[in-house]
Amino acid sequence: MNYRVHPLAWWGWALGIAIAISRAPGLAETVVLACSLIAVPLLLRTSSPFAKAFNLYLVLAASIVFVRILFYVLVGIKGSGNVILAFPRIPLAEWAGGIQILGPVTDTGLLIAFTSGLNLGCLLLCFGAAISLTDPRRTLRNLPSSLYLVGTSSVIALTLGPQLLESWRRVRRAQSLRGQIQTRRQAIKRTLAPVLQDALERSIAIAASMDSRGYARLRSGTSPVIAAILLSALFAAGLGSYTLLAGAKPAWLAVLLLVTALVLTVFGTAFASRSSKVTRVSPDRWGAKENAILVSGIAVVALSMTAVWNGANASTFALFLASAIVAVTPIPILLLQGEVARAGGPL
Amino acid sequence: MTESAITFENVSFAYQDSSRNLFEGLNLNVAEGELCLVIGPTGSGKSTLLQLANGLAPHFTGGRLAGRVTVAGRDTKSHPPRLLADIVGTVNQTPGLGFVTSNVDDELSYVMEQLGVSPALMRTRVEEVVDLLGLNDLRERPLHELSDGEKQRVAIGSVLTSHPRILILDEPTSALDPAAAEEVLAAIVRLVHDIGITVLMAEHKLERVIQFADSIVLIEKHGGVTHGPPREILGVSPIAPPVVRLAQLASWSPLPLSVRQARSKAADLRTRLDDVHEPSPSREPEIALKAANVSVKYGSKLALASTSFELRRGEITALMGRNGSGKTSLLWALQGSGPRSSGEVEIFDIETWEDNKRSKRNAGVDPKQLDSVKAAKLVALVPQNPADLLYLETVEAECAAADRGLGENSARTLEFLKTLSGGIDPLMHPRDLSEGQRLALALAIQISGEPAVLLLDEPTRGLDYQAKASLSRTLARLASDGISVLLSSHDVEFVARTASRVLVLSNGELIADGSARQVLTSSAMLAPQVARILAPMNLMSVDEVRNQLVEK
Repeated sequence: MNYRVHPLAWWGWALGIAIAISRAPGLAETVVLACSLIAVPLLLRTSSPFAKAFNLYLVLAASIVFVRILFYVLVGIKGSGNVILAFPRIPLAEWAGGIQILGPVTDTGLLIAFTSGLNLGCLLLCFGAAISLTDPRRTLRNLPSSLYLVGTSSVIALTLGPQLLESWRRVRRAQSLRGQIQTRRQAIKRTLAPVLQDALERSIAIAASMDSRGYARLRSGTSPVIAAILLSALFAAGLGSYTLLAGAKPAWLAVLLLVTALVLTVFGTAFASRSSKVTRVSPDRWGAKENAILVSGIAVVALSMTAVWNGANASTFALFLASAIVAVTPIPILLLQGEVARAGGPL
Repeated sequence: MTESAITFENVSFAYQDSSRNLFEGLNLNVAEGELCLVIGPTGSGKSTLLQLANGLAPHFTGGRLAGRVTVAGRDTKSHPPRLLADIVGTVNQTPGLGFVTSNVDDELSYVMEQLGVSPALMRTRVEEVVDLLGLNDLRERPLHELSDGEKQRVAIGSVLTSHPRILILDEPTSALDPAAAEEVLAAIVRLVHDIGITVLMAEHKLERVIQFADSIVLIEKHGGVTHGPPREILGVSPIAPPVVRLAQLASWSPLPLSVRQARSKAADLRTRLDDVHEPSPSREPEIALKAANVSVKYGSKLALASTSFELRRGEITALMGRNGSGKTSLLWALQGSGPRSSGEVEIFDIETWEDNKRSKRNAGVDPKQLDSVKAAKLVALVPQNPADLLYLETVEAECAAADRGLGENSARTLEFLKTLSGGIDPLMHPRDLSEGQRLALALAIQISGEPAVLLLDEPTRGLDYQAKASLSRTLARLASDGISVLLSSHDVEFVARTASRVLVLSNGELIADGSARQVLTSSAMLAPQVARILAPMNLMSVDEVRNQLVEK
């Protein structure tokens, strides 16, 4: 199924969930958001090759959780709580700074490790969701033309993932023909060399093709004024994000900084875009469904932030649950619209 | 005097870290509207010459350029490739490798977006190119779902939309089957004739393109470059398509370049020749591999439908058919590591064959039942990209690993490689070998286990005439040692020279199985040039004609 949605709407939605998850106070809140985060890409992803990448991101997220728990068991500070596994404590030498290996594993510690691992994994999933819901190459087409160069390089870096996977399979298959019993480690080492070579050749070919098709041709130099505007925007954005995510008071400071950053960025890029004369053949249109998706993303942030600013109380989980429900609203909207389109109705 | 589209003045070029100068003081003029073919053995610098003409060398590749290259009046020293994008379009050998977008329409408009063409004009130009190259059915299709021939046509289309005056094509048909290659070439020839576009094209398979060329640039191994009309160059060139070699043998003048030109002169030659009568097998053939009702499915897609045939000991069989007809699936299924949905594969090695003769019973081994080491001693497969097999730093180490893997202590593989392809430095990195040498290395490694059956997937891809001739000799030698060879190939001339039997697959079904002579000479698409010229006679190669003439 192909839902042609403006890619930036999905990126906005994913960013909203990422913000909410990073501020989720406990396991229950993270889990409800994660459910929405997984459901939407699974139901709405397109038929592009990038859509299949979501499974890969799921595996990656799960392995992050696993590694986080492993680290906790191995070297984590164990803290209080009911002891589940009474491993012996193995103190390291003085120079290792008092790190202890193993030690009693407690239920509280395990829960904290799991939650923080899940948080981290979900942030990665937000990224994966945006990629599988949008074709990154189409996303690139929607960047302001001043960001075109950066956009192209990062999109090509993104496309490398699925392609690497494909050449990995091909090389593994070929290597099995050599009729040698290999240990797992040998096999990985032997596959890696041809795969990396392949990736390198592919990148060089794309770069050559882009260069000879006029990429970056219509550029005049960047003016120092634009550079200064964009740098201040970056500074404001960094400071604002930190204030927001660290939950520092007063809360309006974060909002002010972020709004300033946004305004400066829009102004700077618009100004810079005038120096690039790249044109677009059929631009993606921003319509009602894009508004709905973006609003759902913004509502997720608003609900979760309200919960966080209210401090921990009975309504916290309810608010996060509400934001998780808001996060899946694109599913009925797009499915319904797909039905209408199939029935021959207006798009 | 016509205006020059591409001019080389006193050009020398050396890659970084290389002391060798390619093209010592080269002077070259390609006139406006000319289709100029660049020929020469692999590694002679064909690609470099093309890259010099579009500015990729030295701007992209690095290296030192001396002299001056001008393209439609623009000096490539001051104009990097992106500043030539409106007058030069470049298409590569590997279909789809240079795609930047994900569907046909976007790919076609990419170059125009970079040039800042207005959206309205972009749409008209996309329509034009779609009509010109017959791409209408492909629009809105994701690029990765296209066949190789379709990808190559889209790649040509994607550079045409900027209305370039010059098209640079680096072996555009080498990865394509004969039918797809004709499609692409027809499109190119149409551009030359209808629009008057200048084309600079490198190509290995001369028989496909020579008749369309207005001039030829011949690059020799030692770096000497000659440019002239096709007849002049081919008269002295060490590489020439069968039609030219046949004409030289029969002393036809002027030299014919196409089958049509040659046929009009061939009447006399035909009277001096006889049909070849194929000897019927003197004894019962020894079966090396028996495939019964083998089919392969990917999900719900049937790649190979219930296919049955036998391979005989000491026989070279070619597997032909369009891209996507199921050749690769069949080879992998026979080897045992590819999927096989149903059917039986039995391989008889020399010992089981002797046993069978004594006990009169049929006992082959299914390679799928064996572990990879035992399977490798029974059946070997050289995959389409031989580099996938290689992972070590030197040729010597690769060979040693092959010996060890099969429990051999001697340096047998390396010895064998030397007999296959002399002059390979054992300390070289496998990636630095030429295509032909790398194939020889992969072949040496794969047959170090002395298998009963050798399978090769598209071994001629990227090989020049010499490398193909050498591969042909190698396979003949292996066959005479009793190995049964099955190779897939699009290269009709190579198959005619190498194989004695041909299987043709179409849409996953085996539609022909017979002697190479019978299958090839009776097909319009697959007939080699000599067969086309001498039809209805069934001779297939210049060597056969020469032998008959010498005998008389």
